[in-house]
Amino acid sequence: MNLLEVDGIAKNFRGLRAVGGVSFAVPAGAIVALIGPNGAGKTTIFNLIAGVFPPDEGTVTFEGARLDGLRPDQVCRAGIARTFQLVRPFGGLSVEDNVVIGALRAAPSVEAAHATARRILERLGLWDRRHERAAALTLPDRKRLEVARALATGPRLLLLDEVMAGLRPTECDQMVEFFHEISRETGIAILLIEHVMRAVMALAGHIVVVHHGEKIAEGAPADVVRDPAVLECYLGEEAI
Amino acid sequence: MLNLWLGGANPRGRALLAGMLAVLAAAPFFVDSYIVSVLILVFYFAYLGQAWNIMMGFAGQLSLGHALYFGLGAYTGAALYVKFGLSPWLSMPVAIVIAMAVGAAIGALGFRFRIGGVYFALLTIAFAEFTRILFDHFTWVGGSSGLFLPVASRQGNDLWMLRGAPIMFYYVWLVLTVGLLILCRALLASRLGYYWLAIREDEPAAQALGIDTFRYKMIAVMLSAGLTAVAGVLNAFYFNVLFPEPTFSINRSIELILGAIIGGVGTLMGPIIGAFILTPLGESLTLIIEQIPTGVQKLDGLKQVFYGLCVVLIVLFQRAGVWPWLARKLRLGADGGKGGA
Repeated sequence: MNLLEVDGIAKNFRGLRAVGGVSFAVPAGAIVALIGPNGAGKTTIFNLIAGVFPPDEGTVTFEGARLDGLRPDQVCRAGIARTFQLVRPFGGLSVEDNVVIGALRAAPSVEAAHATARRILERLGLWDRRHERAAALTLPDRKRLEVARALATGPRLLLLDEVMAGLRPTECDQMVEFFHEISRETGIAILLIEHVMRAVMALAGHIVVVHHGEKIAEGAPADVVRDPAVLECYLGEEAI
Repeated sequence: MLNLWLGGANPRGRALLAGMLAVLAAAPFFVDSYIVSVLILVFYFAYLGQAWNIMMGFAGQLSLGHALYFGLGAYTGAALYVKFGLSPWLSMPVAIVIAMAVGAAIGALGFRFRIGGVYFALLTIAFAEFTRILFDHFTWVGGSSGLFLPVASRQGNDLWMLRGAPIMFYYVWLVLTVGLLILCRALLASRLGYYWLAIREDEPAAQALGIDTFRYKMIAVMLSAGLTAVAGVLNAFYFNVLFPEPTFSINRSIELILGAIIGGVGTLMGPIIGAFILTPLGESLTLIIEQIPTGVQKLDGLKQVFYGLCVVLIVLFQRAGVWPWLARKLRLGADGGKGGA
């Protein structure tokens, strides 16, 4: 059964068609990657799912219930957490408080939220930095914090918007390993936007490729990277 | 883990706070009535700064029209006493409800139509201003010729009716100020407090974490408005005179947030420390000015100039406020304001 179903969603910005009728699905427990060149509309698709703005056409269905038209906080409470491509930590607050705020979504009390935050911070290697102001963290740590905060809300689907960008290859591999682990342990499904193909190939069981706001290919990673349409949009026609 | 009452403060901080409280509790027995009146003014600013801080310091919503809630409280308390002989303690809940309702209306307008930041602040000023004009013509409560509370002829203090000597008001203010400090500390440690800080720091990010930002901003405005109205009631019974012009004026709105800005927006002790710094300095200045023979007495605005100078200095050199800096210097541990430092 599909956890998330995106059916023909489209979004125009003042006449510019950012997303034009894209459909795909994320099965329960799966890790799906959304790739495509810059400006392909990936983040817009994320924003449509996360409720930042409603789609002009099409529907988004999560666990059988319609999501389109809901506000971001309602989408989060429905069980979908997202990270931002340009990380948005609560800069003036401590690393721990950042994650506690996320954990309060599902935690019955502030104490319980602290316990959840500690567990997640330890797993992401941020526990030692818990008293630091979030604004003082390095970019890779801020990306980890962004993931920690989203995970703390207890989602069943995690939307990751370029969390590997700017990470060193070893750090990237650690992140990939981390996502594999939590996916195995908790059964959480992941939909990720990613440019780092190393991470995409290692993580995703299924890839959706968008270009100019349209889906141009979809399938198993090994097939997708050999797809002529995909190669063309990434490398140009002559390269094939 | 946040200790509810004294979390964040180390033993030095606790000792200092306890010492300060003891000194303030005993002060009226040792100082003259002038100092008592200045300290009442300090509490007035500390309390109102703290109430405003809930909205701005915690939830990040700028209000420059808090005189509105103050004035509604003052007029509600005074009118119910003058017309029906109602005790201020009974009219306080009424005043709170009225201020909360008006706060809710302004908040709903601003937040629903996504009027943020400076534009929201302008909205709060507009509401305070037109309420002032409304009360100028509201003859049932005296209109522009004012509302006067009858002063009790008999001796002694009547705490129930709040008729009596300044010392009684001193203790009422002290209790309210400390009570509000405790309330704010508890709020900051609660779910609500965390949500407010998240909204203050980054509203879209807060919303992405499942926080209904509209709802929690509304709670901040309504709570801040209701608490401000309480000060309005008390102040009306202390001064016994109400005119729409000074009660709802933008001057008051600005004045009541200065302590919080100087002391440290978003911190728990900031509004209190700010009030303790500004008020005595401002009052001394007034005393000094009165000694200067000018003939025309046109130095009235000097206190405002001085306040303005203080704000400029803070913005230039210690933007987070005096308290975070002071807490570091005195090694008092982090303020419960969480990142306000």
